[in-house]
Amino acid sequence: MQAAADLINAVPFWLIVLVKSGIVLLVVITTFAYSMLFERKIMAWMQLRPGPNRVGPWGLMQPAADAVKMMFKEDLTPNTADPLIYKLAPFISLITAMGVFAVIPFAEPTGTGFFGAIGDVNAGILFVFALTSIGIYGISLAGWSSGSKFPLLGSVRATAQMISYELSMTLSVIGVLILAGTTSLMGIVHAQDRVWFVIPQILGFIIYVITAVAETNRAPFDLVEAETELVGGFHTEYSGLRFGLFFIAEYLNMITVSCLATLLFLGGWNALFGLTFIPGLIWFLAKAGAFLFFYIWLRTTLPRFRYDRLMDFGWKVLFPAATLNLVLTAVVVAFWPTNG
Amino acid sequence: MIAFWVLALALIASGVFTITASKPVYSVVGLLGNFVVLAILYLTLQAEFLAVIQIVVYSGAILVLFLFVIALLSSGVKPFDEGTNRLPRVLIPALVLGGIALVTIVFSAVRSPSPAQPSITAGSPGALGQTGEAGVFGSVANFGQTLFTTNLLPFEVTALLLMVAVIGVVLLAGDDVPSRLQVRERGTEREPIVKSGEPLTR
Repeated sequence: MQAAADLINAVPFWLIVLVKSGIVLLVVITTFAYSMLFERKIMAWMQLRPGPNRVGPWGLMQPAADAVKMMFKEDLTPNTADPLIYKLAPFISLITAMGVFAVIPFAEPTGTGFFGAIGDVNAGILFVFALTSIGIYGISLAGWSSGSKFPLLGSVRATAQMISYELSMTLSVIGVLILAGTTSLMGIVHAQDRVWFVIPQILGFIIYVITAVAETNRAPFDLVEAETELVGGFHTEYSGLRFGLFFIAEYLNMITVSCLATLLFLGGWNALFGLTFIPGLIWFLAKAGAFLFFYIWLRTTLPRFRYDRLMDFGWKVLFPAATLNLVLTAVVVAFWPTNG
Repeated sequence: MIAFWVLALALIASGVFTITASKPVYSVVGLLGNFVVLAILYLTLQAEFLAVIQIVVYSGAILVLFLFVIALLSSGVKPFDEGTNRLPRVLIPALVLGGIALVTIVFSAVRSPSPAQPSITAGSPGALGQTGEAGVFGSVANFGQTLFTTNLLPFEVTALLLMVAVIGVVLLAGDDVPSRLQVRERGTEREPIVKSGEPLTR
């Protein structure tokens, strides 16, 4: 063990970060591919269909087939599009979606600090919010630059929806920050060693779950790409690999908010019922996976919101509820006996 | 130091791009780049909270609204109309004012005692991961401490100013006549907009 620690200490810092980034990138992209298959399978079973089952055993090679198909499709740019922005937008979406994984801690760091997160940024949770707030630009610019009406409508909806729900999402998380007393994601998980924040912050958790679905533009909040009204929404004109980038970004965002829910409310890698012999990483993945399943479950169960109701719900229900949660948490923490 | 020069040049380049871009949306993208580079510059100065807030507030909220309005109102993908070139008229005042500002900054920078060097030199590897324990300059804890103790009054006054602005917007934009949408939502039990007995004009 000591030899291993010495070995890791001898390696330059940038090399460690590079290796860690490579590993996380590989894992995250694979997770994306299989979460897509997972979603199609779950949806199929819920609708009494077999789902994809032709490529490989139980359809397990389906993601590879899809990726190859995506790469060989023609990359179209409409005549009316603004070529520069049109080409830039998918990259903004993907880079911000991926950048978030730089600060997400997946497990308890070992003695050398090699495992855990790529970087344990002190303002970790704020960093995540900063990056996701830039992610809006990908969708917004994509819709504008396509130069046709459906994408523009989709992106205008997206912008309004994401701004509205981001506010409640941030407010719902501040309750957790007050309880934990830190903005570091590692610190937040450590603060949940005794009790998960889902118990004292149940209102915050409910608000977080709803806003997380809305932020990632998933059903029942998928007004942004509502197939029945907007063709494909903001990515109507995109094809081939550029469409693929949006697709990856959407699923990565889903994985991100699942990881965040796990870290902020579900105790991160802390074990349940004292089952500590199972490694923390497995616990983390199980919780995030359960949250992903919940996402898909929602999609197959609930019909889509109407747009004005979506806005009303966001501003008149979620926002006051999130504010109430924040005030309650602050008051309770301030007057808690042990805090004097 | 290399990081500073690269970032500073990128900052100026994106700023110039913002004001010279041919289409409004290009300007927004230029400004977005400007904000992001500025945030990275803050990061190299250990001010991680400021960096994050720079992104969340300016890029995440204000600039998105710019883009929203431009996307809705601007004439699609068409570039700006060629206007009269106003540069010659404002050139001399701009240079004078800019010069005064530069001299002031340089003068005060020379006069003021140099601040204590942060424990980690800017731009060194690990600066990102190791900053920001409580009490370190620029950390979240320290920022909050300052905001709610020494700078409480300016903070509250700013909040009040914003509140006044919000009330003003509501007064300007608000009308108390129910919209058609609300009437439609009531469905079958449609009520008259103006109840009998009320005067028609408000």
